[in-house]
Amino acid sequence: MAGSAETLEHLANREYEWGFVTDIEADQAPPGLNEDIIRLISTKKNEPAWLLEWRLRAYRRWLEMPEPDWSTVQHLPIDYQNIVYYSAPKQGKQPKSLDEVDPELLRTYEKLGIPLLEQKRLAGVAVDAVFDSVSVATTFKHELEKHGILFSSFSEAVQKHPDLVRRYLGSVVPYSDNKHACLNSAVFTDGSFVYVPKGVRCPMELSTYFRINAENTGQFERTLIIADEQSYVSYLEGCTAPKRDENQLHAAVVELVALDDAEIKYSTVQNWYPGDAEGRGGIYNFVTKRGKCLGKRSKISWTQVETGSAITWKYPSCILQGDDSIGEFYSVALTANRQQADTGTKMIHLGKRTRSTIVSKGISAGRGVNAYRGLVKIGPRADGARNYSQCDSLLLGDKCAAHTFPYLEVKNPTATVEHEATTSRIGEDQLFFCQQRGISPEDAVSMIVNGFCKQVLRKLPMEFAVEAQKLLGLSLEGSVG
Amino acid sequence: MSPPLLEIEDLHASAGGEEILHGIDLVVRAGEVHAVMGPNGSGKSTLAGVLAGKPSVEVTRGKVSYLGRNLLELAPEERAREGIFLAFQYPVEIPGVSNMYFLKAALNAGRKHRGQEELDAIDFLALVREKMKLMQIDDKMMNRSINEGFSGGEKKRNEVLQMTVLEPRLAILDETDSGLDIDALRIVSDGVNALRSPARAMIVITHYQRLLDYIVPDFVHVLAGGRILKSGGKELALELEEKGYAWIEGGAGR
Repeated sequence: MAGSAETLEHLANREYEWGFVTDIEADQAPPGLNEDIIRLISTKKNEPAWLLEWRLRAYRRWLEMPEPDWSTVQHLPIDYQNIVYYSAPKQGKQPKSLDEVDPELLRTYEKLGIPLLEQKRLAGVAVDAVFDSVSVATTFKHELEKHGILFSSFSEAVQKHPDLVRRYLGSVVPYSDNKHACLNSAVFTDGSFVYVPKGVRCPMELSTYFRINAENTGQFERTLIIADEQSYVSYLEGCTAPKRDENQLHAAVVELVALDDAEIKYSTVQNWYPGDAEGRGGIYNFVTKRGKCLGKRSKISWTQVETGSAITWKYPSCILQGDDSIGEFYSVALTANRQQADTGTKMIHLGKRTRSTIVSKGISAGRGVNAYRGLVKIGPRADGARNYSQCDSLLLGDKCAAHTFPYLEVKNPTATVEHEATTSRIGEDQLFFCQQRGISPEDAVSMIVNGFCKQVLRKLPMEFAVEAQKLLGLSLEGSVG
Repeated sequence: MSPPLLEIEDLHASAGGEEILHGIDLVVRAGEVHAVMGPNGSGKSTLAGVLAGKPSVEVTRGKVSYLGRNLLELAPEERAREGIFLAFQYPVEIPGVSNMYFLKAALNAGRKHRGQEELDAIDFLALVREKMKLMQIDDKMMNRSINEGFSGGEKKRNEVLQMTVLEPRLAILDETDSGLDIDALRIVSDGVNALRSPARAMIVITHYQRLLDYIVPDFVHVLAGGRILKSGGKELALELEEKGYAWIEGGAGR
């Protein structure tokens, strides 16, 4: 058993390749959280009064709210006064184009595999690059504007399209939703904004790459995507952070709104620094993501591959309000070393004949703890609603754990709800079978893990699927057939 | 006589903390087909496990040399790349990994080891198509996950397909005939016979003489109670069929 035990050990201790630090001077707020800091952020962003008011309301509410304690994750209390809430690379004046962006920043993104410069850009993918608290560049903006698509940093949207922002901000995730969302509403600094007009099918993938760089900072970004009637957009996000011994907080909010016949496909490859083998350092990833299928026959699909972070706490959800709307959630969560993940989804069926699909694949290695937590709620008016849930867990080694918490609330007798769950261990027999055919144990584990996740990985856009496979410790090179 | 491909001397091995093999001696030369027959629990699969390097089988005494090297020092994947192939009695399922992809990875792992160029998708397909025809396996089956939802017969055909593609130097078939109907048995046997060559040896483990009508062995060994009690030519299998294992076990006086 030596061979496979070593392999599992190796996989559980994989090196984090994105742990470097960019040496760049930053314009930072002093650490600590109070109304003055919030005013400072709002002033730096030149925000309208209503937005500052909204932030302050959120902050006052946050002070009163208890920390959520219902999940399986465990951590020491967070010292909110020790966090820097605003940190931006010093760039002199706001760069007008990519040519004016600090080359050091461009190099950082290039190193991360996200070239921003015109000649090197990924074809067919527009990128908004967020560095600590600010967006440093957005590619293909003008190309997209030709189709009437708005794709910019959140801060820019507040300046240029305040009506749209005001109308939809907090309409899916109210600022008082939970402690972390409340904090984000008070101190959010940047993020991405997307508006796809009526009848437009977005011609390229839109993506945001989040990078935490500065020490002791938190990242609090906010993403708002609005798909107008009969439009379609596919959006991707990726993220990394340097290796540090201290935990860093990332508390994001994502809101999606789909109107009649619109479709939003939202994909995440989450690769925040997971901490070391002893559980030192790593990102606390406390994220509230929710989409509202407001319109009839609208569709929101979440796909996530969660491999990073010391702690992942997120439940990308769908409110299926419009009749015949569809919600989907496809998830792979990998926890190795001492990583903890408590993730899942909520499918809230309000409209008639609404349908949802949940496919969750949890992989635990090392001393990792992985929990699926999902709620399927069928409201009294959701005649003929249907849900299918499938939750599979794969264990590598014998010190890890997997939990499944499916919650079900059905208030309409015509609904159909199905749930399947499995737990399996990478068998010695499977490994030996592969080895007997000449395949190394490392490759065999990769192959088995990848096979386990296939149902989810195939939902990712091509560029991301490859990335995700690599992240899962896989070396699937050009599969046949 | 050619030098031995495989030489087993006084092999003792245990599984689950219990000694199963109590001293096996066997010499296999290139070009030979050896049948190992014996009742349930006699140690046939344990012997196959020792040769392939199954982690749960522990060798407690004895020597096994393969091509003049100490086989027991090699990891299972190294043995495979050096040409040892085990057709499993119970092939495992691996969900989500296509049969085709897996076989290509296996073939290329061996080619790389031998310093040969790895085959690309097109060359691989050309190679595998031919063997698929022989084993009556279609594209659909190749694109399914390894053994997932395969019938017993399909699994065994799939094992032999892998064998014909990997072209081992020493093939061990562990009860490949069990659970096969007569048509599947013929297909599997045709696949195995197509591989017979002066450069290659086979150890065919079986419970029944029936398989040996199709794959005619040069030698037959009777394994019982962890020892080879009798060895002979192919006629020994017929004699066994007629008289049963009790004849050997009783005759050996143990």
